[in-house]
Amino acid sequence: MQNQPMKTLPPKTFSTATSPHLLGFKNTSWIMRQVLLALIPGGMAMLYLFGGGVLINLILAISAAIAAESLVLYLRSKPIIATLSDLSAIVTAILLALALPPTLPWWLTIIGVSFAIIIAKQLYGGLGYNLFNPAMVGYAFLLISYPAEMTFWIPPWMLNSHPIDIAGTFKLTFTGVLPTGLDIDAISAATPLENMHNGLSMRNMVEEIRDGRAWGLFGEQGWEWPNFAYAGGGIWLLYQRIITWHIPVSILGTMFLVCGIFYLLDPQVSPLPTFHLFSGATMLGAFFIATDPVTASTTPRGQLIYGSSIGLLIFIIRTWGGYPDAVAFSVLLLNTAVPLIDRYTQPRVFGTHILDDDI
Amino acid sequence: MYISQPDGSQRRLWNFHGGLRLSEHKELSSTKPVSKLPIPERLILPLQQHIGTPSQPLVQAGERVYAGQTLANPQGDVSATLHAPTSGTILAVTEHAILHPSGLTAPCIILKPDGCHTWSPNLPPPITDFHTHDPNVILARIKWAGVVGLGGAAFPSNVKLQTNTHTKIHTLILNGVECEPYITCDDALMRTYPNRILQGAQILLHILGANHCLIGIEDNKPQAIAALYNVIQQYQLSQIQIVKIPTIYPSGGEKQLIKILTGLEVPSQGLPSMLGIMCHNVGTAAAIADAVVLGLPLISRITTVTGRGVNNPHNVELLIGTPITTAITHAGGYTDSAHRLIVGGPMMGFTAPDDSAPITKGTNCLLVTSPQETPNPPPASPCIRCGQCAQVCPANLLPQQLYWYCRSQNLQQVQAHNLFDCIECGCCSYVCPASIPLVQYYRATKSILREQTVAKRKAEQARLRHTARQSRMQRLEQERQQRLQQRKLPQTLPNATNGQVDPKQAAIAAAMHRVAAKKQQHAIQPRNTDNLSPNQQQQIQAAQIRRHQLNAESTHEDVTP
Ligand code: SF4
Ligand code: SF4
Repeated sequence: MQNQPMKTLPPKTFSTATSPHLLGFKNTSWIMRQVLLALIPGGMAMLYLFGGGVLINLILAISAAIAAESLVLYLRSKPIIATLSDLSAIVTAILLALALPPTLPWWLTIIGVSFAIIIAKQLYGGLGYNLFNPAMVGYAFLLISYPAEMTFWIPPWMLNSHPIDIAGTFKLTFTGVLPTGLDIDAISAATPLENMHNGLSMRNMVEEIRDGRAWGLFGEQGWEWPNFAYAGGGIWLLYQRIITWHIPVSILGTMFLVCGIFYLLDPQVSPLPTFHLFSGATMLGAFFIATDPVTASTTPRGQLIYGSSIGLLIFIIRTWGGYPDAVAFSVLLLNTAVPLIDRYTQPRVFGTHILDDDI
Repeated sequence: MYISQPDGSQRRLWNFHGGLRLSEHKELSSTKPVSKLPIPERLILPLQQHIGTPSQPLVQAGERVYAGQTLANPQGDVSATLHAPTSGTILAVTEHAILHPSGLTAPCIILKPDGCHTWSPNLPPPITDFHTHDPNVILARIKWAGVVGLGGAAFPSNVKLQTNTHTKIHTLILNGVECEPYITCDDALMRTYPNRILQGAQILLHILGANHCLIGIEDNKPQAIAALYNVIQQYQLSQIQIVKIPTIYPSGGEKQLIKILTGLEVPSQGLPSMLGIMCHNVGTAAAIADAVVLGLPLISRITTVTGRGVNNPHNVELLIGTPITTAITHAGGYTDSAHRLIVGGPMMGFTAPDDSAPITKGTNCLLVTSPQETPNPPPASPCIRCGQCAQVCPANLLPQQLYWYCRSQNLQQVQAHNLFDCIECGCCSYVCPASIPLVQYYRATKSILREQTVAKRKAEQARLRHTARQSRMQRLEQERQQRLQQRKLPQTLPNATNGQVDPKQAAIAAAMHRVAAKKQQHAIQPRNTDNLSPNQQQQIQAAQIRRHQLNAESTHEDVTP
């Protein structure tokens, strides 16, 4: 090497970057895809129970979400395709659609979704900046403005003496005209939560209320299946580490505990705790809605507080409130508390307050 | 958690929060024996290869030097000696490109080797019976040898060994964790030279007066564990224990390693010595052994040259000052896909803009990556507050909140959220689904804050100087007045005795005098509060240096790559 003539080659140049130079594989749209995947079983269960109306809602909601988001992005001169491809608008649309009654008039679905995307999400600055869960804002808006339509549920098919076929559903959704020979009372049914709520407020005993309907394993026949399916999807999200256990466990745990206490106090006027867990939007709320990263608490202790408060509120509103289901309002209420919760629940930083902690 | 150890026992270990399991890519370089580079045709020796002040050159262009001859002496308290890695002629003492993220130049000694590698006749004698020597003698030897932390940050070892002024060190930890992907130089060292490391451990124990030594090694290096364990068994080194720890990044971070091994947490912004613990890299221990037992200065090191950007990734023993180009040529040259040149590991290392610089004492890895290995990140999208970053943060910080505060330049909140406890490990950026360059924000904000502190200190000093000057002027003026008055006094005095001086006026003058004197005192007082005991000052300095070291751009010393 010594005797080689000295070459003075120009140095080879390289691209520069800041550390870390390795990249994880997760990105926002991957996360949203996992959420969509996890929603499939629950969506299928809803479809199975309530028929084509669920599908119509989903299609309407997704189209409305894409249209609304594109419009706002266009007005704000933001990249449309790049933003849409994070799939967050579609997740919002699907969450809302799954919470809507299957025969909701088409324009209400569109209004609800547009409200969610435009007002609750984009006007706050878009993904990541919204304080409130957009899907639940849309839901609450519809429920307050159109309570009659929003509480009009057809029963699951196994309890339905007058099932409507897909064409009938289509007609009902788009024109509001019922199939010939049916009137509104014949096809509508109170949800089990409403049933329990109304029954209990009429001083009926739980047993009597239960006798009146066909009961499944835990709740009313039918309704427990989507809840099971949502819980399954939620476990997938846990497995993929998209959500942590803190929020779902604290919601469900609190509900179970509080219902359990009331049940033990007087089983005559309080339903079994499992009834609440497998009714209404409990599982959808616990695994998919309350865990929305943007609007949920981000610290582990904060998430426990956030989750258990939601669980408690759901129980309170369901039992004593004016609305039969309570997931939307509970989540929205706690959304407002998130900045405060986060502020006071910062984790103990490595090397600080060592004495407070037994190590 | 309990992990079974090489001696068959179960040892309790502790977890730190977060961390990542990364693909290791260590097999690229670890499967081949350590090769030795022939003496390159020139060596470029930066005067600052360590944290602290640059060394003071002792040689001039044209001078002939021996291998191991001292080329530059330490300057100031935190500095290191520099030796000629081989014999030859000094071509120049001049500015040359050094390893730096922005490709800066710095004063370097350029040496043209003669190829003979003639050792200096003035090398100190070997100290084999170091047990019988005073620790200070050994420390002086380490200082002479120019040993610095070889894990990356290159903090002068003799200074580190002396920083414990208040707590007695009871435990020495040798860091053989090497948790960064790709890097295997410590692994290679442990496999090849276990004796040197263990000798170094004994010397360190002797210096510190510590009673035991733990060597932490990740369980992905079974050969290194076995090699060290065999020597320990052979020589019955009961003070030294190998501890196999789970492979998780960044378990090689000094604070993380201490937590894993002892369950203790180094206080926020504090030093391990507060817990009676000191960490050194295994490479440093070996260099210390060479310095003491063989009387050789630090003139070479094992560096990993790896990545898909070089044809023949391997570990190589390089003379300090070897040009990168030479090291790369020895590793088979660049492949067509060479894309980034990373100094250090892929998580904490920095990129060099070109390959014109030489390797230094702290260069543990030259990683040339292909675009597939280190893809350019997609543009950042909004934070979705998913909390993935907080889940992996080994310091248990809330990276997304730090990010908000860094972006809005809310410097108060940034500090309230413990920005300075961030070890810049990069876990948060790695997992962030929005590909936000979080660490970059933290680094930038830290340097703003550091500059502010410096500016504040300067302003404070200026204010003190100003007040001091003012009071001095005042005093001078007063004295002048007094002199004037005294000169007048003889004329007025007789009158005064006659009762001509108004007693009221005299009282006022006296009062004013007192006020002035008081003022003067006040002006000087703040300076007096600065008069800390040398001990206190040393502590402050040590902490500052340490912090500086932690925050240095380059890989952290004991985050052994
Ligand atoms: S990982 Fe990224 S997107 Fe998620 S909370 Fe942290 S900074 Fe935000
Ligand atoms: S770089 Fe800092 S904030 Fe990010 S994970 Fe590491 S220690 Fe935590």
